[in-house]
Amino acid sequence: MSTTGKVTIDDINAGFGDLHKPYNKSQALLEASRCTYCFDAPCIKACPTGIDIPTFIHQIRTQNVKGAAKTILSENIMGGTCARACPTEVLCERACVRHHDQGKPVEIGLLQRFAVDHLLDSSEEHPFVRASDTGKNIAVVGAGPAGLSCAHRAALLGHKITVFEAKPKPGGLNEYGLAAYKMVDDFAQKEVDFLLGIGGIEIIYEQYLGQNLSLEKLRSEFDAVFLGIGLGLCNQLGLESENLSGVYDAIDFIEQLRQTNDKSTLSVGQNVVVIGGGNTAIDAAIQAKRLGAKNVTLAYRRGEDNMTATDWEIDLARKNGVDVRLWLSPIELSGEAHVSSITFEQTTIEAGRLIGTGIHEKIETDMVLKAVGQKLNASVLSDIVIEGGKIKINDKYQTSIPGVYAGGDCIDTGEDLTVQSVEDGKRAAHAMGHTLFGIEFKEV
Amino acid sequence: MNKLACNIAGIDSINPFWLASAPPTDKYINVVRAFEAGWGGVVWKTLGIDPPVINMSSRYGVHHDRSRNVIGINNIELITDRPLETNLREIEQIRKEWPDRVIIGSMMAPLDENTWKELAIKIANSGVHGIELNLGCPHGMCERGMGSAIGQVPELVEQTTRWVKEVVDIPVFTKLTPNITDILVAAEAAKRGGADAVSLINTVNSIATVDLDLMAPTPTVDGKGTHGGYCGSAVKPIALHMVGEIARNPETRNLQISAIGGIETWRDAAEFIALGASGVQVCTAAMLYGFRIVDDMIAGLENFLDEKGYASLSAFQGKAIPNVVNWNELNINFDTKAFINKDSCIECGRCHIACEDTSHQAITMQQNASGGRDFVVVDDECVGCNLCKHVCPVPECIEMRPVDNGLPVLTWPEHPKNPLRVDIVSPENTLAETGENHE
Repeated sequence: MSTTGKVTIDDINAGFGDLHKPYNKSQALLEASRCTYCFDAPCIKACPTGIDIPTFIHQIRTQNVKGAAKTILSENIMGGTCARACPTEVLCERACVRHHDQGKPVEIGLLQRFAVDHLLDSSEEHPFVRASDTGKNIAVVGAGPAGLSCAHRAALLGHKITVFEAKPKPGGLNEYGLAAYKMVDDFAQKEVDFLLGIGGIEIIYEQYLGQNLSLEKLRSEFDAVFLGIGLGLCNQLGLESENLSGVYDAIDFIEQLRQTNDKSTLSVGQNVVVIGGGNTAIDAAIQAKRLGAKNVTLAYRRGEDNMTATDWEIDLARKNGVDVRLWLSPIELSGEAHVSSITFEQTTIEAGRLIGTGIHEKIETDMVLKAVGQKLNASVLSDIVIEGGKIKINDKYQTSIPGVYAGGDCIDTGEDLTVQSVEDGKRAAHAMGHTLFGIEFKEV
Repeated sequence: MNKLACNIAGIDSINPFWLASAPPTDKYINVVRAFEAGWGGVVWKTLGIDPPVINMSSRYGVHHDRSRNVIGINNIELITDRPLETNLREIEQIRKEWPDRVIIGSMMAPLDENTWKELAIKIANSGVHGIELNLGCPHGMCERGMGSAIGQVPELVEQTTRWVKEVVDIPVFTKLTPNITDILVAAEAAKRGGADAVSLINTVNSIATVDLDLMAPTPTVDGKGTHGGYCGSAVKPIALHMVGEIARNPETRNLQISAIGGIETWRDAAEFIALGASGVQVCTAAMLYGFRIVDDMIAGLENFLDEKGYASLSAFQGKAIPNVVNWNELNINFDTKAFINKDSCIECGRCHIACEDTSHQAITMQQNASGGRDFVVVDDECVGCNLCKHVCPVPECIEMRPVDNGLPVLTWPEHPKNPLRVDIVSPENTLAETGENHE
């Protein structure tokens, strides 16, 4: 903030700079020296993509940084985004043995970013070589983490890939959904450009399943189809007046923010209320605050332990001045045309069930951001079997329709984690290669 | 009372810490700064006959560990490149200004009796406390028949030492090169020549690194490099061994030793003193950190004396010598086994993989009920090699615990399985003595 106390354009844009400053070489070497180079390391098991973390950190130490990047990318082609966006505090870094003797883990995420950025910035050739052409054509629906990971791995195996993407840009949530301060300098696009360097992948934009694209047609024209369509619909609060102006889906708020270069041109409420307990709610709340909102309240209907946002994220919200309010369930939105207040009922747990206490609380607001989860738009998937609101797959990522595979947030095991989506796409590419084309599954 | 006060080859010093003959002792300003910092003495950078040598630009190579700590330096610098008179006048000046500090004059000369003697007399007349003969410089000077070219020939070690002893009445230190097969040969030659003390080790022949862009050794001089003298903490184990050999050898055990080689801390110094050194010389550590490092050397050594109840350095000087023995004198019945302290184990698996891949498969790795990993020593397989303890990243997590196996002390020459053993015993006795189970 400027010394006058007035928020300037520069202040606002500065708030969307890198959340974690990237390591310089000296910092990377120092942090890498904390890694004990564990045998059969717990961090590898804790990474959904199984990156050989001790090896890549060892490679940083020997100053084979390009080799370190290749170690990462061979398991996770979106290692750059994962280094920025992964909740490492509950994944690799939680498993780090340095907790035991030094009280804090090796900063694996920052080291991974150091290595991958080094490779991407060195503008050399793509580090992997595509296998010879198999003559097989695969359709991938969705250019998000799952779809692009599948496309890259399938291309690596020698198939030809066509990606159908609904949005005008690739990257999925990497481009539209992650908080701006986690993905500075247009990194999502930079990463996609890098990924496409493998060759054999074409992306066609503004292709909507159920509108100008049909599953049946894809099945007839391609040897296999992979669905990495994410969760296209937002859950609603189910309240009257939900269509008041000033009431938005948090996802749309973040998307607009991500697609605007000069953040100071965006309007934000003075008293913002975010509803939800996941990382999307946290991201929306923090970014609203950084856009200049005077008060940001994050309301969640259960206790902190039930929030799906990690402790680290919740702490980050608090440090950014977000008022995190628990045990509040929204019951009424009020306002003439524009929202002016939201009323909550306090909640509690009784006999294992969440119930209202009858005590109400009204919060003045001019902007409400809903972040109560997303859901699959199943209507566009013809008669594919859905379970628990998501696409049902078997252990080979096959859906109920022959030749159609799926992965990422849209499947029944989906975890709302970029890194899990990348792993899904990778595994599905191997699985379809094996099942459909007889290509032996082998770790690359 | 100054507990660190000591006497080295008849020279009183306020502490055992001297700076070795090297760039830090090349001229007035450096030496004064060293004395201001608290060093007990200096060995002046080696003096030669005029005209002075000319040194190269690009002089030091380095051996970093992966955390960029310097574990060794090599250098291709020669002796002082300033006129002899300039050096001698500065020595005289500092002797007046710092009467309680020691200055030793280091010297080398072409192999000619008169040249050696004249130079030694000139240096002695400057007021130095002693003279050190540089018979070890392994680069440059040896190509001119000096330094290690003399130090590698025992007869010449003896002869040059004798020449100097014949013309000066101050203590003479013969500085030995480690670039030989057996340090005792050179030490005995120095003794025959009348040396009051030996200083060791000089630097070790080395190429620090190869510059893979220039495809040349470092330090690189206009695209080419040469072998240099290696020093720093990496050479300390070599120096400890050589000092220990001289200290326990009946022929040389009365020689005073001024120990040199990778001394960076009070503990390093204490180890050399325990092996018989009367004092120590330091160079690389000062070059890396500045003269201020002597502060902790002094304070740390004083603490060590207090903690152990030693009234002076002489109270523990040489105390480790009786325990330096030949392999043949070790107790082959001694048994020690690794013990992993579960409370401090961080479950990294380093001990397991080191043992599994390269040793005796004596540490098992098992998943435990709480999702962690248990590492357990298999006593029957553990040979007590210490490797697990060394690779463990956590201090004191793995300890080696001697096993009381009830067996008597037994050396290899006495061992029943030694084919060269003189008095063969019966097979029953063999079983009982070795404790081995032959079933």
